[in-house]
Amino acid sequence: MPDVPSQYSEKVMEHFKNPRNVGEMENPDGVGRVGNPVCGDIMELYIKVKDGIIVDAKFKTFGCGAAIATSSMVTEMVKGKTIEEALKISNKAVAEALDGLPPVKMHCSILAEEALKSAIEDYLDNSKKRGRAAKR
Amino acid sequence: MKKVYLDNASTTPLLPEVREAMLPFLGEDFGNPSCLHDWGDTAREAMENARTEVAQLIGADAEEIIFTASGTESNNFAVKGLALAQQNEGKHVVVSAIEHFSVLHSAKTLEKWGFELSLVPVDRYGVIDPEDVRRSIRKDTVLVSIMHANNEVGTIEPIKEIAKVAKERGVVFHTDAVATAGTIPVDVRELGIDALSLAGNQFYGPKGVGALWVRKGVRILPFLDGGVQEGGRRAGTENIPAIVGLGKAAELARMHMKTRIEHLSRLRNRLLTELPNKIDHVVVTGHPQNRLPGHASFCVEFIEGEAMLMLLNSQGVAVTSGSACTSRALKASHVLIAMGLPHALAQGSLLFSFGLDNTSEDIDYVLEVLPPIVDRLRQMSPLYAKFTKTSKGGQ
Repeated sequence: MPDVPSQYSEKVMEHFKNPRNVGEMENPDGVGRVGNPVCGDIMELYIKVKDGIIVDAKFKTFGCGAAIATSSMVTEMVKGKTIEEALKISNKAVAEALDGLPPVKMHCSILAEEALKSAIEDYLDNSKKRGRAAKR
Repeated sequence: MKKVYLDNASTTPLLPEVREAMLPFLGEDFGNPSCLHDWGDTAREAMENARTEVAQLIGADAEEIIFTASGTESNNFAVKGLALAQQNEGKHVVVSAIEHFSVLHSAKTLEKWGFELSLVPVDRYGVIDPEDVRRSIRKDTVLVSIMHANNEVGTIEPIKEIAKVAKERGVVFHTDAVATAGTIPVDVRELGIDALSLAGNQFYGPKGVGALWVRKGVRILPFLDGGVQEGGRRAGTENIPAIVGLGKAAELARMHMKTRIEHLSRLRNRLLTELPNKIDHVVVTGHPQNRLPGHASFCVEFIEGEAMLMLLNSQGVAVTSGSACTSRALKASHVLIAMGLPHALAQGSLLFSFGLDNTSEDIDYVLEVLPPIVDRLRQMSPLYAKFTKTSKGGQ
């Protein structure tokens, strides 16, 4: 029997088995919560922003191997990016960075993109509330 | 690495005796049983012996057995064939909400063909109440199909009582016995049923072969048109090696059923008791007592089944899950949802199904490797974080 179930790439399995950036964040600047148990996955993504740059990202995910791997990958991808750059990260880019996802699991990458966008929106809202001009 | 196969509900391995019985028919005994020469005679004799063995396994007559290519085919054949043969008398069929998709989707196809369908509910253990079946039966009901035992949660249904209800109302009754035939005693006369499906790969026979038993005198529409094989009800040259294997597996199942049940029940009971002691927030799914002997199913709270399954696989343990993520349709198990489980809990479904080769050491191994996997996934789970916060807050 192969060590890796054939439906996932080795990279997906690697991120699933050794996910990066797991956990909650103390005083995050933005939080994104997406998904629900009916569709199968729940993702929470936290970001820390300094001078318009995402300096840290963490996640908690309830879901399958692909959901955990895409969460791990998207948190890796956003670190060091500006808000503008982070908003351009698409689900396809996340899936490609993982050497692809099975078609039936592409929705996990969409969830990862949505979680990121939602965290950024939350950050922008928070910035406005604090009376600072949100960087656009 | 240790390898532990605990997915016998998906398929059992082929017993060496079964393989030996099949081999000549993959070699020199290649004849077509419809032929009138020696080659044909050898194949026909082997096929009829297998038919007798399968009949004996379920207390039926050999001529009532139709060989098919799978349990799924048997169920399609039964549900569609029995309903269509009686469509002049009525166009209503009754099945349970927890049937295997081969029954459920066949019934939905009948709906597209103008039949009406009633789904009988189940209780939280997955048990069907015969009175609910009685309430579902109408004047125009022509078929009731209820599974003997559920493959996902192991619950054994009160088929004798349900069949009695159908009989009182004069409705043909079919049972999907794919999970039970060859595993626990099944006697079609004692159960008082009209048709039954079974599959070889559920009791150490080969894949790609099943059987449908239809009581003499019950009308069924042929499934495949062609020659006169299987009494003209299922045309096509028979898969002799697989049929011979099914016959051998049936013979062995009948001979060794009692000891097999004892062995499997011992393993099942141990896991059912010890896993919830070892891991917090685990619920047993299905009926605690009236369940298949080798079948232990659970839902692990706050985490998802496919992730558990894959991490168990990387430790050499093969199991299955009814979580939405493991299904191509991305829907949570219709069985668990019908039993009233919330979606989040149903997502944590995990099924261990034991076989003849399993030992108590296999359970030791599962109890050793599973708790750290559950811990790891819970540390990642926002649902678990929420739970621990609120339960601490409540204290």
